[in-house]
Amino acid sequence: MKKMLTRIGVRPESIKRAAIAMYEAEINAVIHARGGKAIVMILPDSVRIEIVDQGPGIPDVDLAMKEGYSTAPDTAREMGFGAGMGLPNIKKHSDEMKIDTEVGKGTTVTIIVRF
Amino acid sequence: MGKLHSVSLNRDRCMGCTNCIKGCPTEAIRVRDGKACIDENRCIDCGECIRICPHHAKSAQCDPFPDLTSRNASKPAAVLLPPSLYAQFGPPATRSMIIRSMYAIGFDFVYEVAIGAEACSLRTREIIAEKRALVQSGGSDFSSVFPLISSACPVVVRLIQMKYKALIPHLIPFDSPMEITAGFARKDIASKLAISPDAIDIYFLSPCPSKRTVTINPLGQNKSEVNFVLALHDVYPLILSALEKEQKDTDAATLHAFVGLAGSEGVQWACAGGEASTLDTEKYMAVDGIHNVISILDEIENERLKDIEFVEPSCCFGGCIGGPLTVTNPFSAKARMRGFIKAAIDDEERSPDKFLRFRHLQLASSWKIPLEANNSMQLDADINTAMDKYEQMERILETLPGLDCGACGAPTCAALAEDIVQGNALETDCIIKLKEHIRKVAQDINLLDL
Ligand SMILES: Nc1ncnc2c1ncn2[C@@H]1O[C@H](COP(=O)(O)OP(=O)(O)O)[C@@H](O)[C@H]1O
Ligand code: SF4
Ligand code: SF4
Ligand SMILES: [Mg+2]
Repeated sequence: MKKMLTRIGVRPESIKRAAIAMYEAEINAVIHARGGKAIVMILPDSVRIEIVDQGPGIPDVDLAMKEGYSTAPDTAREMGFGAGMGLPNIKKHSDEMKIDTEVGKGTTVTIIVRF
Repeated sequence: MGKLHSVSLNRDRCMGCTNCIKGCPTEAIRVRDGKACIDENRCIDCGECIRICPHHAKSAQCDPFPDLTSRNASKPAAVLLPPSLYAQFGPPATRSMIIRSMYAIGFDFVYEVAIGAEACSLRTREIIAEKRALVQSGGSDFSSVFPLISSACPVVVRLIQMKYKALIPHLIPFDSPMEITAGFARKDIASKLAISPDAIDIYFLSPCPSKRTVTINPLGQNKSEVNFVLALHDVYPLILSALEKEQKDTDAATLHAFVGLAGSEGVQWACAGGEASTLDTEKYMAVDGIHNVISILDEIENERLKDIEFVEPSCCFGGCIGGPLTVTNPFSAKARMRGFIKAAIDDEERSPDKFLRFRHLQLASSWKIPLEANNSMQLDADINTAMDKYEQMERILETLPGLDCGACGAPTCAALAEDIVQGNALETDCIIKLKEHIRKVAQDINLLDL
């Protein structure tokens, strides 16, 4: 995605924000939901990224959004992930962020970054 | 604007073998009509293609060695020696001997670029302290100011201008050791001889093509203080024979016109990590080799390097001692460099006043012109056209075999797809596609025959 935005000529600052937000969402799908898929849509004025997983879902989204809140297992922490800053970072680096989640079904995180 | 890069091709030697196109970090090379050609907007002078080419068809365009004896005597010639030069010579050569040999070759003045390096270290320490204070006072996020990135390697700066534009504000924004030393030399000579600063020719002995390019297209300044750039490997034999003639070491301070040796801090800059180790921080990272540099810049851009204050990326393995225009292999060079650094530290301990004086000179001047982004990775100046082109590119790519064989002259199938979209190549440049095409034509002819 980063390469694509670079080739199109999007402002470096926006590319950086989109890349950071997407990375955090992908990492979450990997550590909390054993993987998922990414759908990237590029519009003339923005990029829309959806990270979709079929994991356990998030029971309390407000709590999950809190800085430092994490249920990451120790193994993930040992690898340097799971500091509870992922979702807050997505919020910080995106223009819009939406979490659709259902316990037991999965989670979709939608991120919009304007150019 | 002058030439954008200094790496060039000798067409007669080029066999069109495609070895170079694969290793180029910016995909700047294509083989067309059996010869390699370099896209001058994309070449960052890393020298990978010089190292890879089995036919020695790539070289750096540097200045020819001057005739120092018949030169107009009113124009003194000064030469600047990068610290990496020393590592080209083994014991018993010392820095003083190498400096003396430059006078023997015919230069009127000799300066060590290590002087400028010391000035850079000093100013960089100040900048780190300023930025730390800014973050501590809450004025800025850690990740928006740190890590600071060394701008000493011009290849890295050009790479950032082209592919990591968001990192431009992280670059250390002042002159390189070479520029600083050249400015210092010009003033020093002008005052010693009471002549105009413009009436002096300054030569730099370069370990790499990129240092030559920045004398033509300077970073952050209108004009470089360096007039001519000589390829280190061209001058090497001359130094070697001068050294052999005079194996006896003499104290450099007794040399006519010599300003004195730089301290050990500046000498250390020759090796990867040498610059970073002179700064007051242990939160630094030194990366060498252009492909490693690329992966670290990716990490920085994505804010994945937490807690690092300074990054020193060097295009070349081992740092400047591994420059494409050097002679000695980087492993021997590194071992030798250790000897030179050790000797510099010993000298300093013996007579500190003599060696530490350059360290405190406020010589580093800030860039006057903001560094611009290079947009040559962009498919089109217009974002909508660029999006269309990107889509076409993806569509073409799906039809290509995906072997990345390079036979078409482009490094990858994706690069060929891009060339087709930009009107610089045809689908039938792909040999697999061409075969399909020929088979189809043959079939059509068969049908006609029937
Ligand atoms: N895709 C997801 N599926 C299930 N739970 C998630 C997902 N993303 C985030 N969470 C929950 O939200 C918490 C906070 O997420 P985040 O802020 O990224 O911190 P971290 O990933 O470091 O734990 C996680 O610990 C986890 O409990
Ligand atoms: S010097 Fe480096 S960037 Fe330039 S063409 Fe050669 S490999 Fe590519
Ligand atoms: S690492 Fe040193 S020698 Fe190599 S390209 Fe950069 S400045 Fe030149
Ligand atoms: Mg996370």
